[in-house]
Amino acid sequence: MTSTINVNGSERSVDVDEDMPLLWVIRDVLGMTGTKFGCGAGLCGACTVHIDGEAQFACQTPISVVGAAKVTTIEAMKDSAVGKAVQQAWIDADVVQCGYCQPGQIMRASALLARTPRPTDAEIDEVMHANLCRCGCYPRIRAAIHRAAGTTVTA
Amino acid sequence: MMRGEPTIAPISRRAMLRAAAVAAPALVIGICFDPASAAPANAAPAATAPPAGFAPNAMLTIDQAGAIALALPKTEMGQGVYTALAMLVAEELEVDPQAIRVDIPDGETGRFGKLDQGTGGSTSIRECWEPVRQAGANARAALIAAAAAQWKVAAADCHAEAGRVIHPASKRSAPYAALVATAARLPVPDKAPLKTAAAGFKVIGKPQHRLDSHAKVNGTAEYGIDVRLPGMKIATLAQSPVFGGTLATIDEAAAMKVKGVRQIVRMADAVAVVGDHYWAARKGLDALAPTWRDGDNATAAQAAIVAGYAKAAKGAGASAMDEGGPDAATVGKALSGAVKRVGAIYEQPFLAHAPMEPGNCVVHVKDGGCEIWTGTQVPGSAREEAAKALGVPIEKVALHNRLMGGGFGRRLEADYVIRAIEVAKRVQAPVKLIWSREEDLQHDLYRPFYRDEIEAGLDAGGKPVAWTHKIAGSSIMARLYPDYFKGVDSDAVDGSVTTPYELPAQRVEFIRHETAVPTSWWRGVGGARSAFVIESFIDELAHEAGADPIAYRRALAGDPRARAVLDLVAEKSGWGTPAPAGRARGVALIHTWDTYMAQVVEVEKDPENGVRVVKVTAAVDCGQPVNPLGIAAQVEGGVIFGLTAAMFGEVTIANGRVEQSNFHDYRLLRINESPTIATHIVPSDQAVGGMGEPPVATIMPALANAVFALTGKRVRKLPIVKALVA
Repeated sequence: MTSTINVNGSERSVDVDEDMPLLWVIRDVLGMTGTKFGCGAGLCGACTVHIDGEAQFACQTPISVVGAAKVTTIEAMKDSAVGKAVQQAWIDADVVQCGYCQPGQIMRASALLARTPRPTDAEIDEVMHANLCRCGCYPRIRAAIHRAAGTTVTA
Repeated sequence: MMRGEPTIAPISRRAMLRAAAVAAPALVIGICFDPASAAPANAAPAATAPPAGFAPNAMLTIDQAGAIALALPKTEMGQGVYTALAMLVAEELEVDPQAIRVDIPDGETGRFGKLDQGTGGSTSIRECWEPVRQAGANARAALIAAAAAQWKVAAADCHAEAGRVIHPASKRSAPYAALVATAARLPVPDKAPLKTAAAGFKVIGKPQHRLDSHAKVNGTAEYGIDVRLPGMKIATLAQSPVFGGTLATIDEAAAMKVKGVRQIVRMADAVAVVGDHYWAARKGLDALAPTWRDGDNATAAQAAIVAGYAKAAKGAGASAMDEGGPDAATVGKALSGAVKRVGAIYEQPFLAHAPMEPGNCVVHVKDGGCEIWTGTQVPGSAREEAAKALGVPIEKVALHNRLMGGGFGRRLEADYVIRAIEVAKRVQAPVKLIWSREEDLQHDLYRPFYRDEIEAGLDAGGKPVAWTHKIAGSSIMARLYPDYFKGVDSDAVDGSVTTPYELPAQRVEFIRHETAVPTSWWRGVGGARSAFVIESFIDELAHEAGADPIAYRRALAGDPRARAVLDLVAEKSGWGTPAPAGRARGVALIHTWDTYMAQVVEVEKDPENGVRVVKVTAAVDCGQPVNPLGIAAQVEGGVIFGLTAAMFGEVTIANGRVEQSNFHDYRLLRINESPTIATHIVPSDQAVGGMGEPPVATIMPALANAVFALTGKRVRKLPIVKALVA
């Protein structure tokens, strides 16, 4: 069946089964590989994207439920003030190691900051605990979110 | 790691790694000496490295615009060699590290001489320290010579600075770009003098931000799983859930009905579904409903496996002591003459690597060979194994390495490359084989299960006068190097024979015991295996002696560098002052991988997990630091990796298969469970040490010791949460 979804501001039509997770539509059909596959079960957050601004697991989102919602991926984060600030904070705080989980971390962190511009450690934990990092970048993720929070407010 | 280098006898893994490190300086030199014949030897595409550029050796090219490219001689999996090795070049080449473009070269044994691309065992900086700096120094000397020739002055009167060669007497200077054409026509020196710490480094030892951050935060970094080729198909697979089982039946017709499914590939012990995208392959695999013949391991169970190790440990082992160590009779006598004897048994479980990027590999079998795109820690030997598996000459196999979404030892094995070839042989297109998380977790090569039985005889003051230690477990070395295995796995006993302490009348034995569970290297390797046992037991002895754990260690450790990290961690962690109410502290010390590390862990009780780690303080002496920011990142990452294992990590077997399947039952530490971590680096100009493994090795016993201090419970069988809560 043909579905039309809005990804990063563009209407995209794809002919796939309606149960196909958004993750695989984005990666294998649309060819945007910044969004990662980690667990296929909503347990790791590597596939996190924004759907109408909310951080969601793309691996748990069938294309049939996306409808007219606006899907945003890591590829478009540079176009958002919050996303850009988060990316810069990640660079400044040397967050990344292998980097594989970081698109998902950045998507979740930017959704957090869009809603809660100055989160406390507890608020960061509450939201960010959905995303795993095997390299153990957590202390720096926390630091970078605080850094971006400052940047966002003063920018 | 050293696979594919059969000329080096793996008598001892450390010795091997050291042998490579010692041999390495000779290698860059000797490659591409004749600039006339030196096609740019790295992987830089022709478009970015014009033929007239300067390629002083296999690692470096400088094009006519002055752009410098480093063909990374080790593999990047997050540990930071991308940045650290660029720093080594930058130091000698007198440029900003950010001016260096880092390329990931194809896998090719011998590409960098004896410096193998294989990356593991915390060897990268140790092996690269000389040859990578030498590559930079030789290039610098060649550019200086080129300037001297152009200006008709003495090279000795010129020097390089900030990407230029300068002749102060005539106040002339030229950027490297203006010198490459001349440099390419002149001989390249092979042993240009290296800078020394005494003379002062400009880059080495200074904080350097990572060079790979931009691509990793904007989604453009390309991992193996991101490779896309024209006409490429995507496949996923199911392998026999029981180790050693075989494929019985499949419903091929049902699978082929799934939209986007193109082909089914039947293998002896597995089946793959090939489709237009992962979801088609995944649904096809579900429809395929494979059944299996379970084979000999159908009833293998955890309790029997664990009992098997206990039984094995009762037997006599092979002595791991160097020649001239005390014999069993001498140690037995010292033991029976001791004032007090203390013994303990420790068990460490099977563990999965679980990198965030699941197993994957792209292969295109064509023209009597194949092309491979994947992320591997062993690009050279993976290519060799691929050629062997395909039955073609090595020249017929190209391996394009990619960034890895975590390695941790998993990508030291080429099993996934071989499996992808097995599938791709039957597909008339490039095919990307992707493991589901469940397949990845249940078909890993696991960190070995180990049982350690250890006993010490103590004098009246509580110090050991005799020490016996039996280690029963799988031998990875024996699997990889059967011709050299003489009964002792030199990696498994690393850190048990040579400890940070002076132990008289010491005997260490290794007993190889294999089960149905395949095993391999896991971050921390043998040294972390040993550290949990030695540092837990030393803590027990300190308790027996009624001594402070740091003071007890300090008195036993003769090496001033070991004492210095203990002193530093004591000072920085507030060891001398009581822990805050409701909290307790534990300590551990290691000296392995040429690095000294001590950590203090502060813990409190937790209703869910039994324990919560609040704060970790690490003191490290890794010799001359290269990138302090990278060292701190490795400490933080290693601590969290080790905490995950110590608290939660356990792979168990039931009915011949792995019971865990995904992150709900193979728990990783999450951000809300992550402590604050402070790293303190001892300034040093000593030989460089490794940083990938030490923090993992140190944290596991430090946590167990803190748990004892907090609860009075000595956890001798990991994982800790299970011991506290179950």
